[in-house]
Amino acid sequence: MSLNKTLVDMDYLLKEAPREKHFITGAQAMAEAVKRASVDMAIAYPITPQSEVMHLVGDIFAQGHIKEYYRAEEELGTMSAIAGAARAGVRLFTATSGPGLLRGLEAIVSWPGHRVPCVLGVLTRVVNAPLSIQPDNIEMAYLLHSGIVLLHAENQQDTFDMTLAAFAITEKVDVYIPVAVATEGFFVTHAKGYVDMTSEELAFNEPDPYAAPVPAMDNEVPPARIQRDAPVQKSNFMSYLIHSVWQQEIWDSNKRAMKYIYQYLGGPIEVQNPEADVFVLASGCAAAQAREAHRYAQEEGLSVGFIKVKAIRPFPKEEIRTALKNATTVIIPEHNIIGWLAAEVKAAIPNSGIVVDGPRVYGGMTLPVELIMEQVYMALGMKSETLQA
Amino acid sequence: MSLRYMIPVSKFKKYLPKDYVELVDYGPFGKDYSDVGVKNMGTYKELVEEHPMCSGCWMAYYIKIIFASLPNPEDTVTIGTAGCGRLAISQAAVPFIYGNYGDQNAMASGITRAFRLRFPDRHKDVITIAGDGGMMDIGFSMTMHAWFRRERFTTIMLDNEVYGNTGGQESGMSMEGAILKMSPTGKKFGKMPAMQLAITAGCVYVVKMSPTNINKASKAIRRAIFAARTLGPTFIHAYTSCNIEYSIPTNDVFRDAKEMEKGRFAFEEYMTPEAKELFAQIESKNKREVS
Repeated sequence: MSLNKTLVDMDYLLKEAPREKHFITGAQAMAEAVKRASVDMAIAYPITPQSEVMHLVGDIFAQGHIKEYYRAEEELGTMSAIAGAARAGVRLFTATSGPGLLRGLEAIVSWPGHRVPCVLGVLTRVVNAPLSIQPDNIEMAYLLHSGIVLLHAENQQDTFDMTLAAFAITEKVDVYIPVAVATEGFFVTHAKGYVDMTSEELAFNEPDPYAAPVPAMDNEVPPARIQRDAPVQKSNFMSYLIHSVWQQEIWDSNKRAMKYIYQYLGGPIEVQNPEADVFVLASGCAAAQAREAHRYAQEEGLSVGFIKVKAIRPFPKEEIRTALKNATTVIIPEHNIIGWLAAEVKAAIPNSGIVVDGPRVYGGMTLPVELIMEQVYMALGMKSETLQA
Repeated sequence: MSLRYMIPVSKFKKYLPKDYVELVDYGPFGKDYSDVGVKNMGTYKELVEEHPMCSGCWMAYYIKIIFASLPNPEDTVTIGTAGCGRLAISQAAVPFIYGNYGDQNAMASGITRAFRLRFPDRHKDVITIAGDGGMMDIGFSMTMHAWFRRERFTTIMLDNEVYGNTGGQESGMSMEGAILKMSPTGKKFGKMPAMQLAITAGCVYVVKMSPTNINKASKAIRRAIFAARTLGPTFIHAYTSCNIEYSIPTNDVFRDAKEMEKGRFAFEEYMTPEAKELFAQIESKNKREVS
């Protein structure tokens, strides 16, 4: 089945192509992005709350937008098959959630080193016991040290835009490592929001395996891989050396993704009221609540800054350091118990004492704006009703 | 393209490593099987020469047979996992993908499907080669499910009945009662019935053998590759002893393999009627090719 699509570059698709407003779920937004990305192959395995994304991707496969699709045996099988298919030079998508991500993690953490370009949707949920299917983004902490590029979507619109951008970023010659787009399960995947979408008749240019910096193992793209010297196995010394230069290159590739995050997504952070002393900084769904806190503060005539972190890897250390240069307090609300974002920010700034660890909710709880406001009042030396009670 | 992409332009040839040039000039690439293959080993530049396997390693011998049997080495990709075998497989002049633990058949599922998307009119042979641990223990689910899904590639299990590379631990393919590391009082259950599992899971061609006869071994490998191109998954379960962990003196390795041939690795071949028909066609076309 071949659909009549006009192929365009990602700059046009994301920044210039006419858009139409739709009211859709986050799962739909991710699948709609996949529909427009000229994906060759998608591999699915069910887990709540990710399943809806891969159901919808299955539907768009049946409609002819994707060439190949199947349900794998489990997540390690899924992620390994992605690694296999990548060697054949095709464009790939899969998604998972929480325990599924951890089950596939052995393969996922090897993707960057294997130079697997693909897009991974991460629809977060609880991974730790007592088990729950509810949103909690602690699983993202496990991706921070994998080498993968990691974007965190605040809402349905972000999910659409970031997923599309991810397909361009992952195949860049100077990146060529996988890109994960994470967002909170249920809060974003199952809730509807307004998404300005491009026409489905426009699709991202098809991948060109001959332009890949790491040639596909298809016996087509030179150089011929018939050399017999497997140097990693030659000696421990060679093994150390090759591993170290290789991983340095992976992390450099990860850093080089930053310029494309600027190009396609307008940069890794969004700052409101940069002159403020007190900031609320957050990513993903927590950023939506932090944005509300910023609005509450404005309504109450309080000067509070807002920073949304869109890119978790590469982590925008310099951007955050600059944005917080004159800050006296930075409040970091999160949807997990460990506070991985707070830890990242503390490591990025010279005065980590200004960080307020929280508020944090976990196990799938919602994050009331009032919890953030309490911290805001405290930082401004005001007394809140809750605190008085 | 597949053959052409490895042949250097004449002016560049002298700058290439000698080994590479010899492979192109005197290797099996693009040649008729009757001129190369297992029968002529020693007379042409083989795909596996040096390897770091132990002296007397029966697995290394069988791996050489696998590579000498490839119907289309210039269009073949092999996939393996941790274990002794990959030390030799990675020394073959054929692209080799070393994945994560036991995931070879999942990787092969992805790559064969992707090859068929990109090259719908061509055969790109994909062969997974892994040990008994990689196939039947840690990779069991991915091995079985690739077969249930009827993925069209060849699976070869190098069964030495032990985890050789990690130091001699019990595997699911070890014999009942075998005293090995991690089974200090003897293994409590028998060998997993790999051949029956493969047939039940839908493999269209399955062989169990102790590869003492190179022509017979080669014929099975080639049949498995030909059938996997169009019909479905194929599986070869080959005995490849670990002379170290089972303390088989080097001089007795072949004798041991012959004994196995009379015992639990007696030759067994299963094929579907479609596979039988396919082999009749291929083998009548080129009688010289298959002994």
